[in-house]
Amino acid sequence: MGLLSDPNRRKAITSLLTRLNTPICVVCYLAGIAWFMGLAFEPFTLRTYMSENAMGSTMVEERFPSGERALATAREFAAHKKKVGGMPVDWLVKTMRAQGLEVFTQSFSRNLPFPDESKERFVVRGTNVYGILRAPRAPRTEALVLSAPCSPGNSNNQAVGLLLGLAQYFRSQIYWAKDIIFLVNEHDLIGVQAWLEGYHHTNITGMGYTPLQGRAGSIQAALSLELNSDVVTSLDLVLEGLNGQLPNLDLANLFHAFCQKLGILCTIQGKLQRSDWDTVEGYTHSAQTMLLMVLKQASGRPWGEHGLFLRYHIEAASIRGVNSFRQYKTDATSIGRLFEGMVRKLNNLLERLHQSYFFYLMPSLTRFVSIGYYMPAFGLLTTILLLRALDLWVHLGTPTPVTEDGVGEGESPSSPGLLSVLTPVVISHLTGVALYTLPVLSQEMAVEHFPVSETEAVVLTAIAIYTAGLALPHNTHRLISGEGTEQGWRVLKLVALLYLAVLLGCTALINFSLGFILAVTLVPAAACVTPHVPKALSAVAMVLLSPGCTILYCVFLFQELQEVPVSLAEGWMLFLSVISQGILDHALYGSLVYPLLALLVYPCWLLFWNILFWK
Amino acid sequence: MAALSRKWDPLFVLVLGSLVFSCKGDVLKTSNDRTESISATKIEESSPQAADLGDLRQSDEAESNEDRKAFTPPPPNDQFQEEMVIRPLYSGDIYASFQFRTQWDTDFLHDGKKAVSHYRLFPKSLGQVLSKFSVRELHISFTQGYWRTMQWGQPFIPSPPGAELWVWFHHTVTDVDGNWKELTNVLSGIFCASLNFIDSTNTVEPSASFKPLGLGNATDHRFLRYATLPREIVCTENLTPWKKLLPCGSKAGLAVLMKSEKLFHSSFHSQAVHIRPVCKDWQCTSTAWELRQTLNVVFDLYTSGQGKKEWSLFKMFSRTLTEACPLASSSKIYVDVTDNPGGELFDLSPSSPLISTAVVLGDRRTYSVYDLTKKETFGQLRSLNLLLRWKGESDDMLRPPLHAERYVSGFGLQKGEIHTCLYNSHPYRAYPVLLLDSLPWYLRLYVHTLTVTSKTRENKPSYIHYQPSKDRLRPHLLEMLVQLPPHSVTEVTVQFERALLKWTEYTPDPNHGFYIGSSVISALVPSIVAMDTNSTRDRPLFSSFFPTKEESSYFMRVYTEPLLVNLPTPDFSMPYNVICLTCTVVAVGYGSFYNLLTRTFQVDEPSAPLAKRLANIIRRLRGVPLL
Repeated sequence: MGLLSDPNRRKAITSLLTRLNTPICVVCYLAGIAWFMGLAFEPFTLRTYMSENAMGSTMVEERFPSGERALATAREFAAHKKKVGGMPVDWLVKTMRAQGLEVFTQSFSRNLPFPDESKERFVVRGTNVYGILRAPRAPRTEALVLSAPCSPGNSNNQAVGLLLGLAQYFRSQIYWAKDIIFLVNEHDLIGVQAWLEGYHHTNITGMGYTPLQGRAGSIQAALSLELNSDVVTSLDLVLEGLNGQLPNLDLANLFHAFCQKLGILCTIQGKLQRSDWDTVEGYTHSAQTMLLMVLKQASGRPWGEHGLFLRYHIEAASIRGVNSFRQYKTDATSIGRLFEGMVRKLNNLLERLHQSYFFYLMPSLTRFVSIGYYMPAFGLLTTILLLRALDLWVHLGTPTPVTEDGVGEGESPSSPGLLSVLTPVVISHLTGVALYTLPVLSQEMAVEHFPVSETEAVVLTAIAIYTAGLALPHNTHRLISGEGTEQGWRVLKLVALLYLAVLLGCTALINFSLGFILAVTLVPAAACVTPHVPKALSAVAMVLLSPGCTILYCVFLFQELQEVPVSLAEGWMLFLSVISQGILDHALYGSLVYPLLALLVYPCWLLFWNILFWK
Repeated sequence: MAALSRKWDPLFVLVLGSLVFSCKGDVLKTSNDRTESISATKIEESSPQAADLGDLRQSDEAESNEDRKAFTPPPPNDQFQEEMVIRPLYSGDIYASFQFRTQWDTDFLHDGKKAVSHYRLFPKSLGQVLSKFSVRELHISFTQGYWRTMQWGQPFIPSPPGAELWVWFHHTVTDVDGNWKELTNVLSGIFCASLNFIDSTNTVEPSASFKPLGLGNATDHRFLRYATLPREIVCTENLTPWKKLLPCGSKAGLAVLMKSEKLFHSSFHSQAVHIRPVCKDWQCTSTAWELRQTLNVVFDLYTSGQGKKEWSLFKMFSRTLTEACPLASSSKIYVDVTDNPGGELFDLSPSSPLISTAVVLGDRRTYSVYDLTKKETFGQLRSLNLLLRWKGESDDMLRPPLHAERYVSGFGLQKGEIHTCLYNSHPYRAYPVLLLDSLPWYLRLYVHTLTVTSKTRENKPSYIHYQPSKDRLRPHLLEMLVQLPPHSVTEVTVQFERALLKWTEYTPDPNHGFYIGSSVISALVPSIVAMDTNSTRDRPLFSSFFPTKEESSYFMRVYTEPLLVNLPTPDFSMPYNVICLTCTVVAVGYGSFYNLLTRTFQVDEPSAPLAKRLANIIRRLRGVPLL
């Protein structure tokens, strides 16, 4: 402050910042990217450790014996599922009741805003079945949830079988301190959403459901099970939930600890742990793992059934059995034991999981990057926006080199009116509103006039509005305020820069990955754009760095990282389905990525587009 | 003891009484034998006693008193009865309920006369408490687990999870709160429980829900105190002092079954002590004190029974019975065989010729009775091991006419909503229930959001008593009388805001959440007997047109589950970081702002070069004008 209250030194600092603005920005950008990529380098990360004492030191002996029986139950379940052609509600109720659980059902219905082509559903009706194991001498205040989806076709039967097997084994044990809810849900995430909304008696997504009859107090943790084969080679842990929320890191630690104990191969993002961190391959491997996590988190989708629990402050993870062609196989008994161990340790919890981190990235299952380590990478990127804003501010304050100390800035003849700044802001936001509302609203009209299906109609309308937005706003401000001035675009850019900085900052606090990915593409565009650069070239660059194209790159990158690279045409199809999924996620589960992009990020980018075509 | 005292001189009885306590040798054996003949005649007419086991409110003590009076010429000052009811439950679990009743014709509350100093069967520790704190009625229960009404039907004596204490003080007490405070601390010592955590923040004075169960017509609820500790954990350290209150301890009689390793290997465990004044005789000319100790336990089919529907005393308690408590005037086991009239559902061995029927909890029940004071009950092996073995599948249970559940809805840590659902399963009768909710002050209730709906229509309570909370002083008290339409769900909802506590007010495990005690639903429920049209068959037609009063409805109390509510919790593991951050912000921010605000800015004269200053000094010395 002493530094700033001295006019001479202040002047020196501002002149330094304005003179060296561009080099500093470039350095910041590169440093930010480098910092981020460095996070995957093992010596820079922390080893995971169990923070929760109640789970760490207590010994649990796993004795689940009946893996084979669980598989037999799975086959029986499959037969009944086939016979009924869906969820065998009656059979499940009967089986669970025979095991001594309190069984309840919940039916739900949901009309999707437009047909979901990837899952082939439009009007969804289904039933959830859940059985509650009442803990002896416990007053129904706390519960754990074990869930398995009843998926269409022949998948996931083993998960339900194992769930029922575990229920039977757990029922005869005396040590439970929390009630355990065994949930078999239909229509995967929609079923879970209906069940959770019913359990918490809320309705945030317009779901129709019957009220739940049985409850078990506040749910402390949930595990979701996905298993497609009798034996598996490895188990994959899925953490990314709705809006990029993650469960407490201790849950991941717990999973890893039991995999180690029982000798089960465990992966995260489908990638095994490697020990050769000092080689290029080792580094690439962990960078890939981390990037996959970042991309998944940025998508804001629930990547498993657990994702929806997180909204209710229930720590949850999905565990997915993977059967590849490796030699090493794990049978159902071991998987059952893994779950038994995990549930017993969760049962030992005295408090909710809260000791460990909630904000982290995982370059491998034993390493993590906490929020304190990854935030500087983002901070470096946003600094650029602030530096550019400062530069503009200083330039605006000293319109002519003659005037001293910026006294006359208010009376400057070229001072732009409020309208000339406000008009583009309002118009681009209206475009955003159109992008948010029109695709779903106008699908019927589009289907009538064009030979497309509803889903295609929605996606293509979205793209059309997005593209139309490029043509619209850059001429509009002149309708009101006449010719744009040199000062005008500077003020607009200043406003836009600060707007973008605040927007990205808030996004990154909630969902770091989304904020970072947007910053990587939007910041260079925002920093460089002026009306004086070559128009055609810059326009191409701007479009390439727009939010829509960012999604496209992410699709390709994701496929590349998953080691299933796609051709351009396939990538484009994937891109279209990602957009429709994003809109659906918003409507079905309340994911916020689509409204964020449509209502805030895209209009903000349009402001910069506007500056480029400032006349 | 009743039988003994008849034969010998009353003075001698006292001596013997103390002897019996210390050594139970041959004397006890003889006493047992002598009781036999009398008890045999008594058992035939045991139905009024069976009835009173169910409902505390039914005042048929007078009748049974009269019974006893008929064959006890020099009336003993006190007497002790013990009994156990075994009820097989539809779920395959088994419910065992013990009741021990000590009655003493004395008056603790007479301050004018000499204080009661000689205690025989009545525990001295409790007697002294009663007289010291002028307690009129005392009910305390410790429960571990939640009674599952939908699986198990209705309990004989309901109790909420955790500890519950309610006390009516004598109307002469001036400082009720002071007495209450001391009483809770004393009881805390007697029962080894954390009752000392009862203070003004969890004590309420219900206006309607808790009426005295004993004699007296006290209606002024200023003398009533009610508190629950939902978090109280009940274990062996609470059981031992409870057993010590029994005249025979756990040495003889039914109490030998109470081995804690089995009692706590169960689905539900509840122990209680009820003290109240009752009528001494038929005319009710004077009062006697009744101490009722009850213990209820439910054994689980899967964890205790290995999934087999086969129960025996040994399997349940890992003990068999060999004798009655020698001090007991009656000692009986009742087994509920209502659903097993012809023995087609389960085998009961050894079978008992004694059958007793009674209307219990609005339902006509049949019991097999085993009188432990009779020698032949124990058979050849001189030990009684009741065995219930199922033969067929039992059909579904009749839904209990009233049950309730409660939960917190919503998510996030700012607001929430408490839902209490009251289910009236009666097919055609509507009846009113009293709902009592006592909520801690840190849930800030939005009382304007209180809604009562049944069948999607608003149901206006006919009586509402609401006492708002005061922060850190007293809880919310909400009592209302709601009419439940037949065959309906009535939902009572109220929104609340979660308060941010002071950092010292958090429990050591703040992330576990805070417990909210059960709501209490009290009702006179229309009984199933009145619904049963078949009952006309075995009764004369003229007796059955108008339902009789004691059969048409019965009193029932239902407790909902306690709630666990998370409050906004600061991250206690980071005080250091917080302190560092705040200090830095304060030091840097405050310091420099203060500096900027208070500094007076002035134009700084550039100081003259050194040569000029030297020249000026010389000039001043010379007296010429400065440069």
